[in-house]
Amino acid sequence: MPSKKVEGCIYQFRNCHILSNHKLIREDLWVRNGKILNPEKLFFDEKAYADKQIDCQDNIIAPGYIDVQINAKGLLEFGVTSFCPTVITSPPEMYQKIVQYAKKTEGSLKGAGVLGLHLEGPFINTAKKGAHNAELIRDFKNGFQDVVAMYGDKLEGVAMVTLAPELERSSEVIQEFCRRGIKFHHRDPHLIGILTSNQLPTDRTLFYGLIADGIHTHPSALRIAHRVHPSECGIELALECASLHPAQALGITDRKGTLDYGTDADFIILDPNLNVLATYIAGEKVWEGKTMKGQLQ
Amino acid sequence: MYWVNTLLFGHLPNAAELIFKIWVSSALNLSTTSDLKQLHKNTDKCTRMRLVITDTAADVADWAAKYIKKKITDTPLGTYKKLIEFHKEGKLSFKYVKTFNMDEYCDLPRDHPESYHSFMFNSFFKHIDIDPANALLLDGNAPDLEKECDEYERKIKEAGGIQLFLGAFNEPGSSLVSRTRVKTLAQETIIANARFFGGDIAKVPTRALTVGVATVMEAKEVMILITGAHKAYALHKAIEGGVSHMFTVSAFQMHQCAIFVCDEDATMELKVRTVKYFKGLNAVHHKLIEDA
Repeated sequence: MPSKKVEGCIYQFRNCHILSNHKLIREDLWVRNGKILNPEKLFFDEKAYADKQIDCQDNIIAPGYIDVQINAKGLLEFGVTSFCPTVITSPPEMYQKIVQYAKKTEGSLKGAGVLGLHLEGPFINTAKKGAHNAELIRDFKNGFQDVVAMYGDKLEGVAMVTLAPELERSSEVIQEFCRRGIKFHHRDPHLIGILTSNQLPTDRTLFYGLIADGIHTHPSALRIAHRVHPSECGIELALECASLHPAQALGITDRKGTLDYGTDADFIILDPNLNVLATYIAGEKVWEGKTMKGQLQ
Repeated sequence: MYWVNTLLFGHLPNAAELIFKIWVSSALNLSTTSDLKQLHKNTDKCTRMRLVITDTAADVADWAAKYIKKKITDTPLGTYKKLIEFHKEGKLSFKYVKTFNMDEYCDLPRDHPESYHSFMFNSFFKHIDIDPANALLLDGNAPDLEKECDEYERKIKEAGGIQLFLGAFNEPGSSLVSRTRVKTLAQETIIANARFFGGDIAKVPTRALTVGVATVMEAKEVMILITGAHKAYALHKAIEGGVSHMFTVSAFQMHQCAIFVCDEDATMELKVRTVKYFKGLNAVHHKLIEDA
C-alpha cells in the first residue's frame, strides 16, 4: 500500500493528452477525493503513488463542460458536468415559483452539478428579443424593486442574469446583482441557432465572436464548429469555450473550468474528434459511452 | 534492506532521458536463476578504466542505456518471485531500484522548474514505476544543511552503497576526498546558469548540496558520459592528464570500474594513439552491452 498522509484512493489517468494552460499536452491526470492532484507534491511530500491506474488509450482529457444556457437535464453524455438551468422570459409567477425552489447542487452520479439558475429576461431589449415573448418583456424603471417584484427576493439559487444594459437604471440593478454575487450577462443575437442550422456563417468574425463568448456556446455546437472550421478553431479553444470561458463568466475558476491542481475533478474523456467517451464528476465516472465500456475501469 | 540496484545520478540532463528510454524499450530477458548467476559473474570482471568511443551523441546515450539496462536486469534482485512477475509483464521495473541524486540547489523552492527535484520528477520519476520512497534527493532547503548531508551519506551506506554512478563532468575544483557537503558554486557556473533564471544572475542560487568525490569513488561502477567538441578538452584532461582536483573526473582513472562513454566529437583533443587504443577494444565494449 502506498504510504500517504491523506486518506482517499489515488487515481492516475495515463496515456492521455490533457488540457493545461490552453494547450493539449501529453501528461497524466491525478485525482483524489474529487480534486485534481499535483503529482509532484504527492511524490515528494507524501511519497505516495497511484492506487489505481486508468489507461485512457491516447484520448483527450478536458475539463467538464459548463453549460450556462440550457433548459433540460440529462447532459452527462454530452460531457456537461455543471450547468445553469435557464429560464427564458416568463411571467412573474413562473420565475418566482422556480427561483423559490432553485438550489445549487454538486454534481453526482445522478447528474451534472447545478451552479444556479440563469434567469434570461424579462429585462431585455425588445429590439433583440430573439425567441423571447415580446409581450412578457419588462424594464426596471423603479430600479431593483422591479427585479424583486419579478423574481422574488430569495435569489440564493441564482447564478446569472441576462439583461439589457441599455435599459434605464441598469447600472444600479447590475450593482445590486453583483453585491449578491450574481453575474450579469447581456444578450447577443442567438448565434447558436445560426451555427447549428444549415446556413453556416461565412463571416469569420461572427464565428469567432460566437466561439470566444463562452455563454452562447453549446458543447454540441462546438464540435460542429470544430469540424466545420478545424483550422480556425483549435481543439484547445473549442474545449475552453465550453469549460474555462463559462467558468470565467461565472467567476468560479477556482473550482471549475480547468484541470488545475486543487480544482474539482470534473472532466471528460474525448476522442480526437471530440466525441465524449466518458464523463467524470468529482473524480467519479458518471457516464461512459458504448465505445469505451469496459475499456476504462 | 540491501539494495543491489542503487543508482546515483550526477549532474546530467540527458542521463534521465536515456534511462527513460530503457524503461520504454526493454523487456526482461532472464529465464532461470542460473542465467542470473552466470551474468553476475561476468559483470564482476571489472578491474579497469574504460573509454568507449561511439560515433554520435545519440550513440553515447544508446550505449549507456543498454549498459544500465543490463545492470538492472542482470543483477539478482532480492526476491526472484517478484522478478519473474515483472518478467511476465514484459517490462523492466524500477520498483526495486533506489536512486540518489548528486546535487540540489540551496534556497531554491523545491517546485521551482530549475530544481533537481522538478527536473528528476518531470524527466524521469513520473514516467517510471519507482517507489517515491526510493527516490532520494538532497533537500537544499533543510534547516540544517550539514545534518542533511550527513543523513544522505548515511542513507547511501544503508542502501549498501552505490552500485552505479552515472554522471557527467563535475564542478571544477572539488577536493578528491570530499563527502556530501554544501558547496559554493563557481562564478562561471553561476553565469552559465543565469539563462535558466531569466538571465538574472541575482536569481541564480549560489550554493548547492553535492555528493562528494570520495562518495562517488566508492560506487561499485562509474559511468561518465561526454559528448560534443566543447567537452573535448575536459575529456583529454580526464583521460590523458594526471589525477587532479581541478579536474575531479580524472579521479576515476583510479576507479576499478569506470567507463567513459563519448562520441567522436569529444575525442578531438585526445592523442591519436589513445583513440586508436580504445577503439581497438570496441569488440570487448560491445560485449558489455550484448543482449541488452
